[in-house]
Amino acid sequence: MSDLHNPFIVPGEDAGDVEHHILDAAPPTPRSKFQWSTVIGPFITFVLFLVFWQYMHESGMRTLFDKPGFMLPSPVTVVDQAFLTAKARGKLIDGLGWTALVASIGLGITIVLGMTLAMIMARAKWAEHAVYPYLVALQATPVLAIVPVIAAVFPNGVGPRLFVCVMISIFPVASNTLFGLLSADKGQHDLFTLSGASRFTRLRKLQLPAAMPAIFTGFRISAGLSVIGAVVGEQFFRSGGMPGIGIVIEEYRQKIRFPQIYGGLVLVAALGIAVFLFFGWLTKVVVGHWHESTR
Amino acid sequence: MEPSTQSATVTPTMVTRMNDSVSAPALSFNGVSMVYPDGTHALSETTFDVRPGEFVTVVGPSGCGKSTLLKIASGLNAPTTGSVTVDRKKVGYVFQDATLLQWRNVQHNVELLAELAGVPKAERAQRATDAINMVGLAGFERKYPKQLSGGMKMRASLARTLVLGPSMFLFDEPFGAVDEITRERLNDEVISLFERQRFAALFITHSISEAVFLSTKVMVMSARPGRIVASFDIPFSYPRVPDLRFEPEFARISGEISHALRGAHA
Repeated sequence: MSDLHNPFIVPGEDAGDVEHHILDAAPPTPRSKFQWSTVIGPFITFVLFLVFWQYMHESGMRTLFDKPGFMLPSPVTVVDQAFLTAKARGKLIDGLGWTALVASIGLGITIVLGMTLAMIMARAKWAEHAVYPYLVALQATPVLAIVPVIAAVFPNGVGPRLFVCVMISIFPVASNTLFGLLSADKGQHDLFTLSGASRFTRLRKLQLPAAMPAIFTGFRISAGLSVIGAVVGEQFFRSGGMPGIGIVIEEYRQKIRFPQIYGGLVLVAALGIAVFLFFGWLTKVVVGHWHESTR
Repeated sequence: MEPSTQSATVTPTMVTRMNDSVSAPALSFNGVSMVYPDGTHALSETTFDVRPGEFVTVVGPSGCGKSTLLKIASGLNAPTTGSVTVDRKKVGYVFQDATLLQWRNVQHNVELLAELAGVPKAERAQRATDAINMVGLAGFERKYPKQLSGGMKMRASLARTLVLGPSMFLFDEPFGAVDEITRERLNDEVISLFERQRFAALFITHSISEAVFLSTKVMVMSARPGRIVASFDIPFSYPRVPDLRFEPEFARISGEISHALRGAHA
């Protein structure tokens, strides 16, 4: 280590690493390391939630709402009767599978349609003015209000459920994609202009890649909404096979089987969380290597 | 302040250069004026040439229309009146910000212009490698922009422009956002590229010492509407060494330009 006597080389630094002496310092690469707080936080809220649930079952329902405690069964009862009983578990899991299928198809349609609309809107301001207000209106329309129209237009089957699913979930994909496509900075656009790039090249090599973080944020929000959309659709349109979890829950409601109803709700919530985590992971894989704000 | 052209002493090296520059200009502005649609009078009756081997720098107060000059030179904007003669295919534009694509690593960012020009994959990879070596970024090919410092981003941006081998460089205040030390290093880099390739360059800056260090000619622009009010030939020969900045002659010329700038600002 004769380098130690060289005043121009910091002791311990690799003397062969010439670039670091020539160039100004690059920002340090952040290392992702395991943090206990990411586990402890959710665990604490989960325990508090279970305690609150148990409290509501034992006395909260009575003292706060003057309702019998059996209307909110204890979490232990829910697990026992909805998940540890083979028959109920089978019905709920099958239902969840159908719901997940409808939600996935719905999300697929949402992504294709939403991104297409966004690309049309990104092309010209007048197209944006022509389309965007209707997306907002669609977002604000209660499903209940147009159930008769949907029922009249679609034949029986999953069609109406898919329609509800897309209707509820399309806005975030469309608006985030539009925002993303318009997010490339002016200098980058000038660069493509000077290169004589076509509109298609500009879209493919500049606007779409620049939009990816926003697009994936849209996917993540819309994916959660598509699960909600599928369940809501099942509440209104039960015929046509594929008995999803909304339909199974409705059957249990008619039979006043509270533990199974809550068991169904827990599963729907779990599906929502799974979808959210999946898209969070996917976002990291696709844009994590270049985009800072991915979590 | 008389707005006349001021000539410094002519040295032997300058004579050779001026003989070279009898060739056709790489860029020619002829009575160019620019009035933006909102009524802003950005540029007024501007006429000058940049010949191969000439490094012309424009200094002026901020907002004087310096960037407009480059936008017109590159064809991004069309002038309101007057004409510009330039071979657009030979123009390389170095932007104020690095304008790297955040989703591409250094290698693929440097390849971009060649890719858009339809250069085959293997060839553009080779050209990018050469350009990256030239700006001293070897070893950083796989890094993404967010992993680079400001100076390294500007080097990558410079390499990207080099890939198509332009003979007319337009620099739009490229080192305005980096610190003084990095700026001087990048200036050394630009000057050594210029010494090797002898392209024509039009450089915009508000740093007088940067202008004097780099250029064969410095033009001073007045505040809006921008107009060239003074022009200085810089007598130093190439190669230029970093210590040139501390020569008395360097300080004298810088002082003259500073005076002209103050006059232009008033």
